[in-house]
Amino acid sequence: MEPKRLIIVAVGGQGNLLASHVLGEAALMSGIPVRMSEIHGMAQRGGVVESALVFGEARSTIISDGEADLFVSFEPCEALRALKKCNPRTVAITNTRPLPPFTAVIGRGTYPDISEVTTILRDKTGRLIAFDATALAEEAGNSMCLNMVLLGTLIATGVLPITAEAVREAIRTRTKASFVDMNILAFEKGFAQAT
Amino acid sequence: MHKLLTDKPGESMFLLGNEAIARGAMEAGVAFTSTYPGTPSSELSLNFFQMSRESDLYFEYSTNEKVSLEVAAAAANSGVRSMCMMKHVGLNVAADVLMSLAYVGVTAGLVILTADDPFMFSSQNEQDNRYYAKFGGLPMMEPSSVEEAKEMVKEAFALSEKLKRPVLFRTTTRINHSTAVVTLGELPPRTTRGEFIKEPMRCVTVPAVSRGLHVKLLADLDRAQEMAENSPFNFVEGSGNLGIIANGVSYTYAVDAVRDLKAKDRIRILRLGFSNPMPAKLIKNFLASCDQVLVIEEGEPFMEEAVKAFAQEGGLTLPIAGKTPSLFSRLYEFDPAMVRNCMASFFGIAHEPAPATDLSGTPALPMRPPTLCAGCSHRSVFYAVKKACEGQDVIFPSDIGCYTLGFMPPLGMGDFVICMGASAGTACGFSTVTDKKVVAFVGDSTFFHSGLSGLINGVFNNHNFTLVILDNRTTAMTGHQPNPGVDMTELAMENYNTVDIEAVVRAVGVKHVSVVRAFNVRKTMDAVRESLAFEGVSVIIAKEKCALYAKSLKQLKGKPFQVNPEKCKNHRECIDALGCPAFYLENGMPRIHTHLCVGCALCAQACPENAIVPAKSL
Ligand code: SF4
Ligand code: SF4
Repeated sequence: MEPKRLIIVAVGGQGNLLASHVLGEAALMSGIPVRMSEIHGMAQRGGVVESALVFGEARSTIISDGEADLFVSFEPCEALRALKKCNPRTVAITNTRPLPPFTAVIGRGTYPDISEVTTILRDKTGRLIAFDATALAEEAGNSMCLNMVLLGTLIATGVLPITAEAVREAIRTRTKASFVDMNILAFEKGFAQAT
Repeated sequence: MHKLLTDKPGESMFLLGNEAIARGAMEAGVAFTSTYPGTPSSELSLNFFQMSRESDLYFEYSTNEKVSLEVAAAAANSGVRSMCMMKHVGLNVAADVLMSLAYVGVTAGLVILTADDPFMFSSQNEQDNRYYAKFGGLPMMEPSSVEEAKEMVKEAFALSEKLKRPVLFRTTTRINHSTAVVTLGELPPRTTRGEFIKEPMRCVTVPAVSRGLHVKLLADLDRAQEMAENSPFNFVEGSGNLGIIANGVSYTYAVDAVRDLKAKDRIRILRLGFSNPMPAKLIKNFLASCDQVLVIEEGEPFMEEAVKAFAQEGGLTLPIAGKTPSLFSRLYEFDPAMVRNCMASFFGIAHEPAPATDLSGTPALPMRPPTLCAGCSHRSVFYAVKKACEGQDVIFPSDIGCYTLGFMPPLGMGDFVICMGASAGTACGFSTVTDKKVVAFVGDSTFFHSGLSGLINGVFNNHNFTLVILDNRTTAMTGHQPNPGVDMTELAMENYNTVDIEAVVRAVGVKHVSVVRAFNVRKTMDAVRESLAFEGVSVIIAKEKCALYAKSLKQLKGKPFQVNPEKCKNHRECIDALGCPAFYLENGMPRIHTHLCVGCALCAQACPENAIVPAKSL
């Protein structure tokens, strides 16, 4: 399989590492080669957390600038910050609910306008799916399900050869038992966004 | 059951590099493990820690890396397979042991893992620990992938036993924190008890003995080189007369680049996984079969310099390059596109580098640096110290831990940070040569790690400074590992003791000691003022559990606070002086995210209008 490269960016605590793991497990179940790299450490104290997943026949676990086929952002301003990973063919998905960094609150920097963010993203990528994913997570029962909402949208784009059923199975076996139903619901809501 | 104890050979698992390495060690029958936590090695230890509670594996969090290597050295000299893990800078702390243990050797396998951090994702420098292998005269192995790391660990144990020397296992962050599909092998039974056979002529490094040991070490290094020549971890692949020599993750980028450049029959790759001592014959033969060679390695030109020397010995004059301004840098980590571009340009292979993404029109974005958590007790102590020192010129040496982040605005506490345990030591120096007051900070884990030595030095030499021990009852930065001050019964763990910091501080002779609750700003400020007035070494122990740790122990009882809009006059002391991330602005007025606030009441104490109150009272 030709390599497919996915970048996920989020803010510490938003659950992107769990989403990446669920996706990796789904790939493993489906027999699709997968490798992943994540940034830990200092980033966990409210900083930016990024993970890179490479599917198919490639050995590297990281993704160079401009080389993401797929791009998912849990936070709009972080989508812009990581834009250099995208190219004019990248399929991009972003949550539009802002989580302003503390620096903006203390007046060191201004949080950009959301419509400006989505306009730039739309201009510079191949396809943009932007929506308030946090609202859908809340509808599913908990804003913590944001990661599953975005996972659903990601699968619905069809860019990865991973079926929704494989992901559901990974959610059932790899996320906390008490959260499974809510997570599946969130996944379906996200899936419906892209179709 | 812990997933890494799964006894199903042949089954596939999606594992983090650190998990794969831990599993590899279990498959090698490791029985004794020790560490001082350090990112990017921490999850490896966490997995051993958890497995030790469900099996006969021994694991300990030692007070520092030096001690950690000492305990492992004793176990491995008693016939028990041992592993000692640390981050790259940790090996500096353990270097004293390492250099002489290299002479003494081991009787059972000892693998020392050093996790290097190119790009410094979570470190104070990006030193290249391959030089420690050369420096100590020890064999070194370096995996290129998560899957290989698991297999290589087993070979590292076998190699260590063949040579009867410790083996260094070097990873980089991109191995430790990558995840891939790994196939499980057999889990053999462990030998947990051993016997120490007295051999003073090997184990007691007095000069007369060591002179002989050094001779033996060099002879073993020759044997190791022979093994490296034939090691399956050093291999040549591909065909053609353009040569690449690569190690670690750089090898994976090179393989992808060969594919992308469609140069399979033009480029040959020599991958070095058993990388010290270097296989001279293998390298010379490789060079002789190439017209040009590019050395691809992150960090220092460790292989490149050796390869050039081998070429000189072999009378070979082909172009060999690696780190030059037009190719690779000694800075930071590599990435696949960079490697591909350098290969294309060095070998003259036609290749259109992808155009850089057009970022024009992107507005300036607010930075999102890591910060102290909402409800972090360090914020309170920093605030109190800063307030108490107002109007005085004070130097604030700090140390390594979450509290290092206190150097950032708005707290701005932390003037000099170099390595674990150095705050008290540097305070001694600052107080001697300047006329300023000095208040140093150290965490509880760091205090036990090596901060105590600096404090003792201050007492003995009669220096004049205040040491604030930020005792948050855990090792927070790396993920809440215990340290000697931690109450292990809270974790339902028996057979541990607790070392009382106050008793230790008094015992070493500190005459002025105050113990305060970190969230009591007034009392902490009083303690600072009194300490500053004291001539000599004074210590303030500020106690309060790390908010995240308290949360995980289900001990957080505080109710969220809220800003009373009637009383708030918007001077923003709460935001500007404290920087608690639970705050946000709504129509320009300070507000608190109730889901982030842990109710530490610090902001309530800072607010001059008493406008911040428990949420339910509004
Ligand atoms: S993890 Fe604990 S010590 Fe570290 S910043 Fe958060 S609350 Fe403070
Ligand atoms: S009480 Fe104030 S300082 Fe403490 S966590 Fe809540 S908002 Fe932050």
